[in-house]
Parts: sequence; C-alpha cells; structure tokens
Amino acid sequence: MADQPGTDTAGVGSGSLQPTQSPGFVHRVREGWRTLAFGRVAYLLESGVAKVGLGIVLFWVIIAILAPVLAPYPPNDTTGAFKAPPSPAHIMGTDLLGRDVLSRLLYGSRPILVLAPLSVLCAVAAGIVLGLTSGYFGGRVDDVIMRLLDALMAFPTLLLYMVIIAAVGASALNVIIAIAFGGTPGIARVVRSLVLDVRNREFVQAARLRGESPFYIMFREILPNCMGPVVVDACLRIGYAAFAIGTLGFLGLGMPPPDPDWGRMVAEGRQHITSGPWMVIFPSLAISSLVVGLNLFADGISESSHRI
Amino acid sequence: MKSDGAAQPVLRVEDLQVTYETRRGDVRAVRDVSFEVFQGESFGLVGESGCGKSTAAFALMGYLSRNARIEGGRVLFQGENVLERTERELQSIRGNSLAMIYQDPMSTLNPSFRIGDQLREVLATHTRTSDEETYTRCIEMLDKVHIPDPARVMERYPHQLSGGQLQRVVIGMGLLCNPAVLIMDEPTTGLDVTVEASVLDTIRDLRQKFDSGIVYISHNLSVIARVCDRVGVMYAGELVEKATVHDIFLNPLHPYARGLIGCVPGFTADKHSAMLCSIPGRVPSAHEMPPGCLFEPRCPYATDACKEEHPSLREVDGGRTVRCLRWETVAEGQICGTGDGPKAFTCAVPDYETSVLEVSGLRSYYRDKPSWIGSLLGKEEKCVKAVDGVSLNLKSHAVLGIVGESGCGKSTLAKTIVGLVSPTDGKIEFLGEDIARALEKRPREILEELRMVFQNPNSTLNPMQTVDEILGRPLKLSRVVPRSEIKEEIRRWLAAVNLDESYMDRKPRQMSGGEKQRVAIARAFASRPELVICDEPVSSLDVSVKCSVLKTLLTIQSAHGTSLAYISHDLSVVHFLCDYILVMYLGRICEAGTCREIFRPPYHPYTEALLSAVPVPDPTIHRKRIRLEGSVPSALNPPRGCRFHTRCPRKIGMVCETEQPPVRETKSGHAIACHIPLADLEAIEPVIMGRGEAPAESQAASV
Repeated sequence: MADQPGTDTAGVGSGSLQPTQSPGFVHRVREGWRTLAFGRVAYLLESGVAKVGLGIVLFWVIIAILAPVLAPYPPNDTTGAFKAPPSPAHIMGTDLLGRDVLSRLLYGSRPILVLAPLSVLCAVAAGIVLGLTSGYFGGRVDDVIMRLLDALMAFPTLLLYMVIIAAVGASALNVIIAIAFGGTPGIARVVRSLVLDVRNREFVQAARLRGESPFYIMFREILPNCMGPVVVDACLRIGYAAFAIGTLGFLGLGMPPPDPDWGRMVAEGRQHITSGPWMVIFPSLAISSLVVGLNLFADGISESSHRI
Repeated sequence: MKSDGAAQPVLRVEDLQVTYETRRGDVRAVRDVSFEVFQGESFGLVGESGCGKSTAAFALMGYLSRNARIEGGRVLFQGENVLERTERELQSIRGNSLAMIYQDPMSTLNPSFRIGDQLREVLATHTRTSDEETYTRCIEMLDKVHIPDPARVMERYPHQLSGGQLQRVVIGMGLLCNPAVLIMDEPTTGLDVTVEASVLDTIRDLRQKFDSGIVYISHNLSVIARVCDRVGVMYAGELVEKATVHDIFLNPLHPYARGLIGCVPGFTADKHSAMLCSIPGRVPSAHEMPPGCLFEPRCPYATDACKEEHPSLREVDGGRTVRCLRWETVAEGQICGTGDGPKAFTCAVPDYETSVLEVSGLRSYYRDKPSWIGSLLGKEEKCVKAVDGVSLNLKSHAVLGIVGESGCGKSTLAKTIVGLVSPTDGKIEFLGEDIARALEKRPREILEELRMVFQNPNSTLNPMQTVDEILGRPLKLSRVVPRSEIKEEIRRWLAAVNLDESYMDRKPRQMSGGEKQRVAIARAFASRPELVICDEPVSSLDVSVKCSVLKTLLTIQSAHGTSLAYISHDLSVVHFLCDYILVMYLGRICEAGTCREIFRPPYHPYTEALLSAVPVPDPTIHRKRIRLEGSVPSALNPPRGCRFHTRCPRKIGMVCETEQPPVRETKSGHAIACHIPLADLEAIEPVIMGRGEAPAESQAASV
C-alpha cells in the first residue's frame, strides 16, 4: 500500500532524488561518540575552559596513581629534621614530625580523589531516586519528600557533616555518608524540576498510553532526558566535596592519622604558619587547585551543554 | 488594487544576495532576489520555512543580524539604496516611510505601556505634531483599522485586548506615519480562523484607504490568495516564479509552485475523488546545494539539462517570470488535487453497523481549588468547563473530524477519551466497554486498541531513543508479531511511512519535523489499534510536509481500516480527510454530520461563519462574507443559554440567551444545535457561491 519514496508524483520522471539519504560515515562516528557519553558531556572537548579544568584534574589523578613512584620518601616516616624549610633533600620541607611534605602531598591526593567522586555519586543516586519520585508522582508524595529535604538543607552543611561524623566516628565511609547527605537535597531539587518539565512532554504521555509502569516511565523515559544538567551539577559538587573533605580533615574529622590528608596537613601546620609556612602553603595550594580545576571543568561542560 | 500607472515602483529590489556566517560555513540565505512593489499594490512573498523570505524582508529594512553579510544587490527605496545608508538615516526611515509588522502581536507591543502611549511614541519620533493632533491621529487610525471604541482602547494595556485586536493595533501603528511601504511578516499566523478573517479584511480594506505598497510574507498560500495582487514564490533562497495572484493559482509555471498549490486541499476535492499530490524529498540543506537547478532533485519534470545548468529568471508572456528550463512542458501538465488528478488508491469504507466509540454527555472540567489560605480570603473555586456535554458516535473504519477554534475543548475531549484526563461526568463506550475513567484504571487490552498522535513533532519522540527503540517498544508490548520478527516489522513500518531503513539508528534530533511526525504515526499504528486519535498532527508543519504526512496518515488508515478521530482547526484538511465532522464551540457541539452535509446548508451559524472565514487557495472564489464580532468568550465563564449567542450573526432573540438550544436532526442524522428551526436553516444560501474569472473583491453584504 505504501508509496515508494520518490515516486509519488504525477509527472514524467522523478528527478535524481535518492530515498532520504543515510548519514555519512564520519557523521555516524561522531553521533556514536556523542551517544556514548550522554550526548551532552561529549562536547566537553569543545570548551577551552573545560579543557583547562580537565587538565588540572587529570594532573592530580596521575599524581595519585603514580604517588608510590614519584614520592621520594614514605609518607609516614620521619625522614629528616623537624620543621625543616625546603631544601634539595626535601623539596617542600618537612613537617612537625619530620615527615617529608612533598611525599605527604603526593599521597594525600588519593583520599580526596577517591572520596569526593564516590560521595557525590552516592548523593546523585539518592537525589535521582528522590527527585524522580517527587516530581513524577506529585501531590502528597512530593510535599513530604520536599519538606524532608528542606529540613536537611536547613542545616549549615559543615555543621551537618560535623554532627554526622561526631555521631558515627571518623572514617572514609562516614565521610562519604556525610557528604552524600549534604548533597542529596540539592540534586533532588534539580532532578525534580527537570522531571516536572519533561513529564508533560508528549512522549511521556505516549508511554502512559501504552500502559507502562511508573517505574519504567521514570527511569527509562524521563531520566535519560534529565542527565545533562545533573552531570553538570554533579561535577560542581565534586569540587565542593573536595573542599569539604579538606575542611573535615582540617577539623580533625576526616581520615584518621597518620595517613596524609591535605586538610589535616593544613590543620597541623596552622599554628606555625609564620615560622613554617611551607607546611600550610603547599597543601592549601593543592586543595585550591583541585577545586578550581573541578569547577572549571563543570563550568566548561555547562557552557557546552547550553550551546546545544 | 492594481497599480495606478505610477511609472516608478516605490520599492525595487535588484539581485539581492545575503549570506550568513555560521560555524559550519557560509549559508547563502538569499540569492539574486529581485522584485518591485508599486504604490497601492500588495506583493506577496511565499515560501516554506528556510526559503529566505524573512531574511529578504529584514534586508529591505537594512536590519540584519551581525553574522549576515550583504554580498550584492540593491534595495532601492524611493530611488535610494537602503543598503548604503548609515544607521542614522535608516532610523529616520524605519517606522516612518518604511514600516514593518511582525508575527506575534503580544511581543510586538510592550506589555508595560498603554496602547495610546505606544502609538504616540511612533508619531513623536518621526513627526513634530502637537499633543492634540497626535491624539486625534491615533484615534482616527484605530478607527480605520476597525477597533471599536478607540478612546477606551488608547487607555488599555496590551494584555487587556484580544489577539485580533492587538494585531490590528500593530497594523495601525505601522500605518501611522503613512509609510510608502509596509512590510508584513506573517501577521495572521497564530490567530484563530475567524479572527484571522477579520484582520485580513482590514488589510484588504487598507489598500483602498492608503496607497502604501505592501510586501506580504507568508507560508500560507490561501492567505496570499486573499490579500495580494502579485506573488513571488521563493525556494531555497531564490525567487522561482513571479506572477499575478490569478496566474499563480490557476496556472503556475514552475514545478515547485505547481507542487505547492497542489498540496493545499481546497474545498473542491476530498479523498474519494483524488489524492493529494505531495512534493517528494526535502529542501536541500544549505551545505548540500545541487549544482544545477536547486529544485531538480525533487522535480517531476527534471531532465539531465536541469542538473547542469542553473536556470535564470526568464520572462514569459504576460509579464510573468519563471526560473525553469522546461516551463512550457510544465504549463501543459496537470495540477494535482484539483479533482482531475490521478486516483492513487481506494479509501476505507466506514462500517455503518458497528460503532467503535460512543460518547454520551461527556463533561470534563478543570477545577482549580484555592489553597486553604485562599478560601479563607474568600476565593472561590474556579472551574473551566472545557468539555460540557459532548456526545458522539464513531463508526468502525471511519474518519471523524473534530473542528473548532482555540478554547473550544477539542484537545481536552481527545485527552479525556484517551484517558490522560479524568472525565467529570458522562459515558465513554469503547469496543463495548465503559472506559470513562483515568488511564491507570483501564484494562490493558483496551489500552492497546486506543492510541494518539500528538501535535508537537519536537516533543512527541523521546530525544534519547533511536527510532528502532521508539518503534520497538510498542511492538514488544503489544505482541502483534513474535519477538524474532520485530526488526522486520519495524522496517515494514518505516517503509509504510516513507522513511528509509537507515532511519532506524537515528535519533529525533537528526530528523526534520515531518519525519518525526511520521515516526510518531508509525508508533501509534504499530500495535494495530482500533482507534487512533490525532490531535492536530500537522498544524506546525510546512505546507508540502503537511501534505505528505497527511497522505501517509490516510494511506495507513485505509490499509489497516483503523478508525481515526482527527482534531483540527483547519476546515480544508478536515474536508479532505474526514467522513464525519463535528463542529465544537466552547465545550459543546454545534453541528454534527457527514462531510457532505456539513459543507452545505443547513448550517449552524458558527459553521457558516467558519466556512466563510477559512482561507482558500483560490483567488476567484465567491463567498458570502460573514464576520464574527469579538472573540471567543472565556471558558471560565461561558455565556448562558446558547454559548454562541454573543457572536452569532443570526441570533433570534432572548431565547438564545436563556435557553440551551435543542438539537435538530434531519432524516440522515445531520444534527444542528440551534434555536432556529430546521426549515429556515435549510433555506440559507450556500456560503461558497462559486468561482469567477476575475479576482473577487469584498463580497456582497453580510447576513
């Protein structure tokens, strides 16, 4: 019954039209790459800002991986003079217990680079579930969830972390839990507002008409369309989480000693900042550079995703 | 109004070329466009989206975006080249002797200022008249554009006026300084049919009162037929034909113009007599322009010579110009769709015995309960009676058309039947079962038999899924074919909607609007439902794309014998497609009957007005002129009695205001809800009185 493409005319011949052309090979590879990385994230290579940010982050990642190779001394060993200024033997000096600052710096990149993304991942998972449920069902469910999250958001973040860790003790897992708690409401809100928009689009109505279960509609129809802004938000949060881990370390609530932790390094050196600034400057610079790198990366992605 | 013999055109465009710089390279948006506009004459620029007509219009004002370059040509306005003027000089011309009117009146007028202030601003900028004189001139202008009670309107804000009135105010603003040329960029798109008709009347009227030259830009051929004297058809940035409106519609010479006119269903033919002839293929994208004639890949008359040589505009007898090598052959061919085209197929015949859908007394209200604070403050519950007592009966294999303007409740009716909205009251019987409840409570078997095609092609498909997944899911759920054959079935559906197999891996962002809508149609029909409801599926598409999607829809419907409920505001499409038609107004049905019955007397007064208002692509048509005053009342507070009485030209008296009109039925089942007795309605003259040779001016006195 169907017309053949290109022949539904009343005239003589049909011109040189091909049935609607399939896209060329290069075009298909590009599309595939984009599809692979949620479409929007793949544009990160287009933004200069994102490239710089990514560069900084990758720098620290490589350092973290190669720390055993690069560090001149074991991080927890007393290797030299106490509170020694930078010298050829100790490029960044030593701290109060005579440990090499450079080695501690290199090894200290590990916890922060592992814990920050992990905790944000947990926050994202929890936030997505809560945001989807809240946005899709609306009504009472929405009200209850949102008010609970509002209550959580009302706490100053740092206070929240401190309360949680003081209650359950300081360890890597608890740091993750604390930061996840802090980040969930924000992500849930972002997801919820996206869901409220996507929910009214016709393809969601079409799915409802097919009798799809709410679970299917939320996770297979709506969620993929929300991921763009969520990814951008998550990247920003990794920056905040890195900073928070540093702060927790500073307050003594982070990783237990003697393992190196940038925040704790700053805390330990704080009182001697005038006599031994190298103990504070280098770890502070490390934290700042990582956070700046993560923020630039997030900005760059956000910029690219808006250009679509 | 023909040019009064003035030797010099007031606007002359010569070989205009505009190029845009984009990330992917240069795009030649306007190529070698030349035309003239004389005083008192209206020149129409017709084309589909992307053809460059808006760019040409903005170039006339010298007002292009930053990445646009004028590569060549001149725009001679009153003898001087606009493109060479400085910004200051242009500022003194714009609004003064060269005015422009845009599409959306809501965004043309500043919502924070009164109408009077905005009108005065135009005069204050360009003339030195006293306050009193300014005021008088504004009032006079509002009068000339048929605004009732101008003094009051001057004090109003834009949000207090209706769309039609606003557009008239904007037109008035454009004419305030008595411009030599007025450019109108699709001023009536987005207005309701009846409102559009009165705005178009105003525009035609203006040609007699003012002697401005008008450049009218539109994609809607029927509107051009009504308003313009001469027409230029644009395709892919070029002018392919220029002729008088009479010549273009009755005997177009360029194959594209021919195809375009054949695409528009007038009131002459319906699906039983002739199929629409669509134009195959797509407009070439800016980076893939063919070397020879730009239209050649889609042209039914193309030869090898057309591939090599890029034709220039050549003069043909009678002052017309065409850009085609084979125009003589084209002139001898036929225009499809006018009743003498080829019959492509047979349509499904409705089964008069069985009903697929029976609706009785359906009510669907949107209630807006105030929060507890609101009720403390005395706010009442607002109730929009979107659908207020609708009954219909759809036979198996039939196509039902539901017609009405915005706010009449047709979309809500569709959503209620389908289950997206819960009905407040009434019965919906589908395949023998009562389904008058929300979607979640309906049995699964019923869900599979009832599907919908939505209006907006951009949000009808999930942007993250490929066509494969989009079509595969309903097939998987409905199990009409075993799992192993799903891929094959998807291929068959793609072929049925005229898409190549390669589309299976494509995502919606890689497809055009028409292609997306076709996939949506395939998705709706994939599970072989008994009933498909189409909510204005083609209203946002271009003319030729509209035509091919409609063809596809009709072909599939006939092949599978599916019943179709087609909702639209476009009477000509409904005339072509449907077996039965319902006319709705403010939540109630005015008239119901077969297609033939609706388009002939007896009419409901509203149907009569609609028929008189709908633009038709035929400049010689003679119609009765019936115009409705005002606009559709708000559904929050509908008029008592007959809902149409506030605008009805045939109102008979108090009974219309107090009592609900009885439903009068003829023997054949044609039903009209009106207080006027059937015999009187039958005696009304038909709205469409026939065709003449000369272009028809404003018609005989209205009723």
